[in-house]
Amino acid sequence: MSGIGGLTLTIGLPLVAALVLVALSAYERRAGAATGPGFFQRNGLAIGLYLVVAVGFWAFFIILLPQLAMVDMSFRPKLPPAQMGGPKDLYTLENYRYFLFGSTTSTAEWNWIHIKAFFLTIGVSVVITAFNFVICYPLAFHMAQSATLARLRMLLLLLIIPYWVNEILRAFAFRVLLSSGGIINQLLMGSGITSEPFDFLAADIGLYMGLSYAYLLMMIFPLYNAIESLDKNQIEAARDLGAPWWHIHAFIVMPHSKPGIASGCTLVFMLTAGALAAPLVLGGPRTLWFTPIVYDRFYQAFNWPQGAAYALILLVTCIVFVLVVLKAFRLSLGEITR
Amino acid sequence: MAAAVELEGVNVTFGDFVAVRQANLTIEPGEFFSFLGPSGCGKTTLLRTISGFIEPTHGNVRIGGQDMKGIGPNRRPTALIFQNLALFPMMSVAENIGYGLRVRGVPRHERDEKVKNLLIQVALTEHGHKRVAELSGGQKQRVAIARALAVEPKVLLLDEPLSALDLKLRQHMRTELRAIQKKVGITFIYITHDQGEALTMSDRIAVMNAGVIEQVGDGRAVYAEPRTPFVAAFVGENNQIRGRITQVADGFATLETPLGLLKGRNPVGLGAGEEALLFVRPEALRLGHDGQANGSGFEAETLDVAYEGSVTHVTLRVRTGQKITATLGAGSALPAPGEMLCLGFAPQDGLLLKRPERA
Amino acid sequence: MTVSPFQRILFALYIAIFFIYLLGPLAVMGASAFNTPEYPQVWPFEGFTLDWFGKLFADQDMMYGLKMSLWIGLLVVCISVPIGLAGAIVMTQITPRARSLYYLVVVSPVLTPGIIIGISTVVFWRQFTGQTGTRFLYDGVILTVFGQASFISAYCMLIILARLQRFDRAQEEAALDLGASYPQVFFHILLPFLKPALFSAAVLAFLSSFENYNTTTFSILAEKTLTTVLAGRMRQGTTPAISALAVIIVAVTVLGAIVYEILKRRADAAAVQRQRAAQAAEEEELAGMPSPAPA
Repeated sequence: MSGIGGLTLTIGLPLVAALVLVALSAYERRAGAATGPGFFQRNGLAIGLYLVVAVGFWAFFIILLPQLAMVDMSFRPKLPPAQMGGPKDLYTLENYRYFLFGSTTSTAEWNWIHIKAFFLTIGVSVVITAFNFVICYPLAFHMAQSATLARLRMLLLLLIIPYWVNEILRAFAFRVLLSSGGIINQLLMGSGITSEPFDFLAADIGLYMGLSYAYLLMMIFPLYNAIESLDKNQIEAARDLGAPWWHIHAFIVMPHSKPGIASGCTLVFMLTAGALAAPLVLGGPRTLWFTPIVYDRFYQAFNWPQGAAYALILLVTCIVFVLVVLKAFRLSLGEITR
Repeated sequence: MAAAVELEGVNVTFGDFVAVRQANLTIEPGEFFSFLGPSGCGKTTLLRTISGFIEPTHGNVRIGGQDMKGIGPNRRPTALIFQNLALFPMMSVAENIGYGLRVRGVPRHERDEKVKNLLIQVALTEHGHKRVAELSGGQKQRVAIARALAVEPKVLLLDEPLSALDLKLRQHMRTELRAIQKKVGITFIYITHDQGEALTMSDRIAVMNAGVIEQVGDGRAVYAEPRTPFVAAFVGENNQIRGRITQVADGFATLETPLGLLKGRNPVGLGAGEEALLFVRPEALRLGHDGQANGSGFEAETLDVAYEGSVTHVTLRVRTGQKITATLGAGSALPAPGEMLCLGFAPQDGLLLKRPERA
Repeated sequence: MTVSPFQRILFALYIAIFFIYLLGPLAVMGASAFNTPEYPQVWPFEGFTLDWFGKLFADQDMMYGLKMSLWIGLLVVCISVPIGLAGAIVMTQITPRARSLYYLVVVSPVLTPGIIIGISTVVFWRQFTGQTGTRFLYDGVILTVFGQASFISAYCMLIILARLQRFDRAQEEAALDLGASYPQVFFHILLPFLKPALFSAAVLAFLSSFENYNTTTFSILAEKTLTTVLAGRMRQGTTPAISALAVIIVAVTVLGAIVYEILKRRADAAAVQRQRAAQAAEEEELAGMPSPAPA
């Protein structure tokens, strides 16, 4: 997106989209799908303009164009600023090739470190997502269906407190907890289970615990909201009919709350796979995690196009995950983002 | 003086759906006018067209002689009372009533004065400072009326405002609405599916069905002189019998039906051989044991007798299996279920109308 | 519901473990803020001290970061709430077919990893400001506000949309019918109705901005926020001053939650009061009326 072409796109895309929208609404109006007054007639000119400008700026300058710029950059070579837009600035797959095969001067056949980090990140994120679901579900069910009002308020308060402590501090808490002089090691040694402090951080146990911990609440609130909307009588009726407890959960509660389950799972997965704070604070020097690698492309290797390519790989993975979850649960996007 | 509201060939369509078809109507100043019809008949659409929320697809709406084309709801001399009243919950009662004046830029002291008078008029003097949520159903109703009257509209439009009320209150509000209309003297246009409301309050009624105004007239006319089968069936209870005209004479005609030959009035001038429907009100039916001399009678079996004190409703079944209802006055001899009877009616109580093709 | 005592104990145990897992680490970290050793630890507790709080406030970088975080948070509120409001209103008015595409676009930042939003924001604005000669816009604070606004506006929109969907269009029409202009309807009717949602959205926007790290660390460029300073500190090693910061944040959160709870209870009580008044008025009204004739 460099040179004149880039600028044309930047300004042209919003215009084209606006035209398409106007055409589409005119078409739907004629087809009878839309009725009532037109947009500006309904909002008045001043408010209508505010709506169009605010949404247009948001959709294009804050969301779409930056994403497009990143995609564009990921297909470009790394060049000094002077040569950008010059004859050497051609589209290339070099950055993606690098992810798979590493530096052209390297002797190894594959870029194992990055590939491994990538798959480890995805795999661990899936496991953490599942783990968080399992430990949150019973509590969410209890809060939504059987807790008294006073108790519910208490539980919600207890859940909200850690919610606003930022990720770095949450990770830091685990560092304090698990460090070689930390309370867990003190306990382990005090009770004679080990004689030496166990290095949780080097073994990445700290990282995984910290990641699971960091996004626990992103699982529980969507679950709670979804289960809460289930009519208590349905469960009572099933129980009256003699359904065993696991049957009630598997065939009544879970199908009803699947938008919440899908929502919690996608959020936790996305946040875990994209986590930067926890690996930074809890990762050891040999920890493999994908996001710090992306970060280093930018601020260690100063290779922005490559960083953009890596970021895009992560983004596509997240999109695929969301799509798979939606497909598996037979849901639309609107249902999981309530 | 120009008519309060004139509709001239008004059509409203939403895509393929025709909500209002060819509405032509003149409503006089100071009239209490009702649109009566089942839900989905287009009466609300018509009301919204008059108030300016909907532009007619074809045709003109004139208010006070002035064409309303392109004039939005906020610049029309009408005020609408919504079905759910649409009172503003974040404002007090007085602020609600004064809202129309506020947006017109009426100075505060003038506005306060006027709101005070309106509060007196609707008997809410003590409640001006309250929130809408603190009021009873009837009080809310009166706030809505006062809010609409505050802007001194030429025409007040009411969209089934009583439908959410308790039955007792609803009957009381009918009288109150009528009294308010008499007092302020402006045109009221009232939408309802409740014929009792329409008949008791209105000067004139337009009966609507499937987007079409079927008949316009005062309460007596639409009840006693319906001009279409829909009006005959919708306004008040009615029995209908299908048949074919055999003979026409002096405003009367004879209908050949599976129940025999039946005679009734022929106000729309049906000719011999035409398919027709005969309508007989339940209260016009006479029960007896012997056949009627003039031929307007048939046999039926009593199914059910529902005694209500002042009247008794009798459900009967005729030879074709069709059910017929008869209403007997107090003091009539009551039949027993299962009893075979002969039903008769005077020819002037039978009404013959053209049978619609789709029926 | 029949639950055996064994199940009951098992469930209580689970709840206990859950909250120990959730709150324990924070408690341990919090306790270390009051312990004297240089390295944050709880055991052995060598002596009570408040020095770490002093050290925290004396930390120039940290205080500067805090100031910037508050400032950015405020700007994000000022941008995201109006955008979220516009986004929600447009969502209710757009034609059905355009709606799903629009929804996909504006909600996508919620499901996009924060670092990607940060990266793309920097990449785009570096080029855009370079090409249009508006280099002054290429500033850490502005970019961070834009980056955070992408997903925070979506949060705001979802909150506002939830309330907007309960808005009775007749309210708007009633105001219009009484002669209000479109802007008057917007300011007199719609905004007061949305006020609670706008308030929630503002609080959420500020808190989300304040605690954000993943997007900010890219978009902040040469500037600093509390979270980026903290992340830098972590690299250098840990000190109980960081625990002290966590203690303050938790304390403020708890305080906020309590204030919110009190306000909510007060509002609930007022609503109940109103409902009672309405009921009383209703009974009084019906009592003074004759019984209806049978319909």
